Amino acid sequence: MSDVTVEVMEKKLVTNQRPTDAIVGESPLHHADLASIASQGPQEGGVHFCEHKLLGLLTLRCVPLPQQQEEIESLLGVALPMAPLTSVTKDDTSIGKVSVRWVGPDEWLIIVPGDEAFDLETRFFETLSGHFSLVNISGGSTVFDVSGDQVVSMLKKSIPVDLHIREFPVGKVVSTIFAKSGAIVCRLGENQFELVVRRSFADYLWLWVQDASREYGLVVKTS
Amino acid sequence: MFYIYCPHCCEHREEEEFHAAGQAHIPRPLDPDACTDKEWGEYMYFRKNPRGIHHELWVHSAGCRKFFNITRDTQTYEIKEVYKIGEKPSVVANAVEVQNSHTQNSSKTPLENTLESQSGATL
Ligand SMILES: [Zn+2]
Repeated sequence: MSDVTVEVMEKKLVTNQRPTDAIVGESPLHHADLASIASQGPQEGGVHFCEHKLLGLLTLRCVPLPQQQEEIESLLGVALPMAPLTSVTKDDTSIGKVSVRWVGPDEWLIIVPGDEAFDLETRFFETLSGHFSLVNISGGSTVFDVSGDQVVSMLKKSIPVDLHIREFPVGKVVSTIFAKSGAIVCRLGENQFELVVRRSFADYLWLWVQDASREYGLVVKTS
Repeated sequence: MFYIYCPHCCEHREEEEFHAAGQAHIPRPLDPDACTDKEWGEYMYFRKNPRGIHHELWVHSAGCRKFFNITRDTQTYEIKEVYKIGEKPSVVANAVEVQNSHTQNSSKTPLENTLESQSGATL
């Protein structure tokens, strides 16, 4: 038997990833200068690309009991999507636009405005009862928005998932392979998709999207 | 290419989203300090290589990242069934093969036999 005693922490240490306004956050595609491409590049094309910079991303893991589900709903303003491959998005909660993506049977990705992530994380640890894990992954991922008439053709080159609207309706979310990387792909509209990608793969995927969109024409937009 | 049904995502996905994690239903000796080197070595290193029905552990590594079991025919590559961890396979090797494997496994220790009956599945 070991002599080590483990002290149970009553409060979890939550760190604000953006402690002051003096620290300027840079998105993983900062170097690509998307704003210049948006103003000087092509204005018409089959695929539209936009990076939603510096959003708040939280990974929630738990097997929620009914009481926890209620508590989570009151924290987020939306209920957890419990059915596999489903998602919810609500524009007008008390903390602004909130999206929740099903990732696994005990895992969800929560997307909130960047300046709300720390407060929401703090409130989760104050309010939510029972066994759960919440990790702020805002610094590790970024969000792309791809849309346009030819966006499905572009994605067909990139992911091994059936994108027909019957198989992949609006609101469906999948974690899958994207080129040689991975992405969480959510359909926001018939011709609009959200990609949550790793920070370290953002540049690679941006280059991939440019190449895959070449034959349709790529329009860069600012969010 | 396999087209694999993930029992957690509840739909078929391409094989490249998955990783095979070897033979399924390998119980760890309950008390590693109390088992012999032979028992531990068999648990660590020795795996079946059957011709026919095989139970395998797979993980949906690019998707929901959950492990699950697949019963597959190693001759035809046909996936017979997919079932979650903790569940028992309904498709098992036929009686003759089971008998053969019993004769082959006659060198099993009492611990292995106990573990086998506890896990409720063929090793
Ligand atoms: Zn899955």
